[in-house]
Order: sequence, then C-alpha cells, then structure tokens
Amino acid sequence: MIEIEDIVKSYNGTTVVDHISLTIPPRTMSVIVGTSGSGKTTLMRMINRLVEPTAGTIRIDGEDIRDVPAHELRRRIGYAIQGHGLFPHWTVAQNIATVPKLLGWEKSKIEARVDELLGLFQLDPAQFRNRMPHELSGGQQQRIGVARALAAGPNILLMDEPFGALDPLIRAKAQEDLLAIQRKLGTTIVLVTHDMEEAIHLGDRIAVMDKGKLLQYAEPAEIIVNPATPFVADLIGTSDRPFRLLSLTRVGDHVETGTATGSPIAADASLRDAYSDLLWSGRTAAPVTRDGQAIGIITLAACARMAARPQ
Amino acid sequence: MKIGLLIRLAVFLVLVALLIQPDLFQGFFALFARPTQPAIYNQGNLLDITISHLTIVAIAIALSTVVAVGLAILVTRPFGAEFLPVSRTIANVGQTFPPVAVLALAVPILGFGTAPTLIALFLYGLLPIFENTLTGLTTLPPNVIEAARGVGMTGRQRLMRVELPLALPVILAGIRLSTVIALATATIGSTVAARTLGEVIIAGLQSGNTAFVLQGGLIVGILAVLIYDALAGLERWLTARTGQKQAAAN
Ligand SMILES: Nc1ncnc2c1ncn2[C@@H]1O[C@H](COP(=O)(O)OP(=O)(O)OP(=O)(O)O)[C@@H](O)[C@H]1O
Ligand SMILES: [Mg+2]
Repeated sequence: MIEIEDIVKSYNGTTVVDHISLTIPPRTMSVIVGTSGSGKTTLMRMINRLVEPTAGTIRIDGEDIRDVPAHELRRRIGYAIQGHGLFPHWTVAQNIATVPKLLGWEKSKIEARVDELLGLFQLDPAQFRNRMPHELSGGQQQRIGVARALAAGPNILLMDEPFGALDPLIRAKAQEDLLAIQRKLGTTIVLVTHDMEEAIHLGDRIAVMDKGKLLQYAEPAEIIVNPATPFVADLIGTSDRPFRLLSLTRVGDHVETGTATGSPIAADASLRDAYSDLLWSGRTAAPVTRDGQAIGIITLAACARMAARPQ
Repeated sequence: MKIGLLIRLAVFLVLVALLIQPDLFQGFFALFARPTQPAIYNQGNLLDITISHLTIVAIAIALSTVVAVGLAILVTRPFGAEFLPVSRTIANVGQTFPPVAVLALAVPILGFGTAPTLIALFLYGLLPIFENTLTGLTTLPPNVIEAARGVGMTGRQRLMRVELPLALPVILAGIRLSTVIALATATIGSTVAARTLGEVIIAGLQSGNTAFVLQGGLIVGILAVLIYDALAGLERWLTARTGQKQAAAN
C-alpha cells in the first residue's frame, strides 16, 4: 500500500504538485492521467525519491520512505520509463540483472531469474540473452525495460508512459501483457499516461491531475459517470462516454439465452467490441462462446442498455 | 577493411625494420645525405631512442589522463559544479602555454633531462582529455541516467558502471588527440637533454644531414599515424557496440 499524504513539490516558488493525498491499495493498478505538465511524472518520482517533496509524507506499507536510504528504496521499487532507458553498453541479460546484482544475488540465481523473465515476456532466452539493446525492436526494448524493473520481484512498479513510444498494435499487446503480469504477480502498479483510453483500459483506479492538483481519484466507471469537474469530463470526452463505459464490461457478464447466427464473439471480449461487431455486421444479436463452447447470445439491446448513463 | 588491414600491417613492418635493421634502408636515405655523411643515424640506437620517446609520451599522457579525467569527474558531480569554470580556465592556460616556454621555465627548477619534458607534455595533454571527458559526461542520454538512478545505483555505481563506460569513446578521442600532439612535441624535449627522437632530427640539422632529419621525422610520423589509427579503431568499436552514433567529439 502506498499512502501519499498532503504532498507538495515546488520549484523556485512554482508549485507543480499541490497538496495531493491519495492511497493506492496493494495489488492494484492506479493510472495517473492529465495534460502535459500537470505534474504526473513529478508525483510518481516522489514515490521512489527521484524527486524529494517540498512538504508532505509518503508511506509504503506503513513505513515513511524518508527512513530508507534513497538507493535502497529504489532497489525495492520497479521503475520503467518511456523509451525504456536500457543501458546501451550492456547485454539484455546484464540489463535485466541490474537490480539483483546491486542486491548481491548469487550468479546462478540471477541467471535463472533472467531466463524466467525473458520467458515471461515471450522472448526466447537463448536468442535474446546476449543481444545488445540496439539489436532489439522498440517493442522488445520496452519489454526488457519492464523485465528489468521486475527483476528483483518488487512489490511496487512505477511506470512513466511505458508504452508512449510504441505503435498502436504493439501498444495494445504490451497493455495486455502488463495486465496479465499484474494479475499473475500481484504487483502494485502506478502508471502515468496522458491517454485516457489507456487509463480506462488498464486502471483499477484513475487519478486525474491538472495544474498540480488531483481532481479525482476513483474507479474508471465512477470517473466516466460522475466526473468531478468539467475538466475531467472533457478529458473523458462527452461523446465517448457510452463507449468508454462499454469498454469496462465483459460480454460474458451480459449473456442471454437464445440463438443467433454469424461469427461468434468471445465471452471475455469487451461490450464495446461486441457492440462494434454487431453494428458492423448488421446483426441484432451474436452467439457468445467461452473456450469454444457456445454459452448464449449477446444482443444489441443489452449493449445499448449498458451504454446508457446508470440511474 | 581487408586492404586497410594490409596497409596498416605494411606500415608497421616498415617501422619495425627501420628500428631494428636501419641498414636495410641505407640506399634510400643515402639519397638525402652528402656522400661524405653517414646515411643512417650513428650516434645511438634508433630502437632505444624510440622506446625512450614512447615511454616519455606514455607516462605524460597517463598522468594527463588521470588528472584530466579526475578533474572532469569532480566538476560534473553536484558538489564540484562550482569549480567547473575555474578548472576549465586552468586547463586552457595549460594549452595556450607554448611547450618551449614550459621547457624554458622548468629547466631552472628541475634541471636538464626528462622531467621538464614530462611536465610540458603532461600540461599540454590536459585540455583535450579534460574537454572531451566533460563533453562525454555531460551529454549522456538523459533517460539512461534516469534509469541508473531509478534502479537504485549509488552515485559511485552510476559513475563507474554507466557514466564512464558510456563516455569512454569520447574520452578516448581526447586521449588520442593528446597522444598525437605529445608524440610530436616530445621531439623538442631533446633540446633539454631528454632522450627522444628529437635528438636524431637535431643531429641532422646541426650537421646539415637531411637523412637524419628524415629518419627522425619519419619514425615520429609513423608512430603518430599508427597510434592514432589504433585508438580511433578502438573508439569505433566501442561506439558500435552500444549502437550509438559516432561520438560527437572534435
Ligand atoms: N527539475 C525541475 N525544475 C523545474 N521545474 C520542473 C522540474 N521538473 C518538472 N518541472 C515542472 O513541473 C511541471 C510538471 O512536470 P511533470 O514532468 O511532472 O509533468 P507531466 O505531467 O509528467 O507532463 P508530461 O505529460 O509532459 O510528461 C512542469 O511545468 C515542469 O516544467
Ligand atoms: Mg511526464
């Protein structure tokens, strides 16, 4: 658990993070969104003391982070940044091994860990272990960057626009991988982005920032339905609201009995994808399958119902 | 690449032959000496003089490197930043001082011999290495430095594991420049009785024997070319290994 209490950061009299308090529950993903310059990066960097706050307190699992030497604190917190920041003079394996090595792990344990992480990110260890970072694609570099951040098994992972430099397809894949890894490892993740779509897709909770202030910190559905300020509403985009709401819900939760024709929709697809599919194929209902088994149908009416503002 | 390697090898072999068996070149150098004059330097062993020349240069540049890199590290640390301008000035002064003047000033203090030459070469070598190390350490990719801090390296670990290795090609370019300057400048040292190849050239000038001048000059020239080439190759290799663009030094 990360408790941020009345934190302030000023540079030469300009306040860039303005009395922010928020509590990030363990094993969840919180996404910080906001326009450029709103203080997202500064807020996140105060969690691993890359930036020292002007005032306020941050506690991790009850412990004030000022009670730990900064470099030791950082070894316990994974940190992944845009453009990956891999060490260009080290191989992939050396990069991933950075923190375990700083922590003085045994060689054999480090090697096993490197291979395990490469496997986790679907990169063949034999093929990638000894490559230099510049011999990787952007997507691969990004994965190694996250693998390095996770190498010592941190409870907390901070990510500053980790997918900012990726093309849309690779980006979507990276998001899915991150969700899968988060579910598997139970890591508490704080992710910064200025893409509301990404925030809604990834976040258990979303923190919206503007001009150094925290405007709202809530679950995605709450932010969409009850934006705290006009700025938050703008950020979501009023015309996108129904679709953003649909994207939060899985088809499997709204299956009805009956039969329908045409290509089936997977139960774990989002209602938004189902809605889009139905509109595009001109159907009012489509069969739903889970693991290849037909389990019912999803209807256009159900989608429309879910897209409406909850009363 | 293949051809380049052959040429390098050939030049190197010529140099070795010239140092070990200068008589092989008797016919060639005789073209530049008067009939009554010896064509091959006969007041000392060319190999010994060359080794002495190289040793003086190596010691001076090693000292320059230690001091210049050390200074550049100090002034790029947070606590040393205020010394940045003053250290730059000192290094610049070292460079604007003509080596001959340094020799002239050093002799009364240190006496004749190797010491004044070492001092002059050392001072002369400081600036290029200092400037390049400074460039190297201050133009590192910001997100890599950020990552080094973010993974929890201490200041010293960042310096030793990330900053210096990444700045190395640029630092090497400075060392290369200083070395080549020192190789040539060292010849002046023989005027204050340091044992360098200048001795061969001066003997030629004094007796009007162009063959001697040519021998001394040729050996210094080949040494400079080979060392320059080797260091430049090392820099290219280091830079390519990290996929960086050719370091933007000199
Ligand atoms: N070291 C610093 N010195 C002075 N001002 C700073 C410093 N770091 C950040 N700022 C200022 O603080 C404000 C917030 O910066 P920050 O990097 O946190 O924004 P951000 O929300 O991450 O923006 P972006 O989306 O563009 O990354 C900006 O106005 C920035 O100029
Ligand atoms: Mg930012």
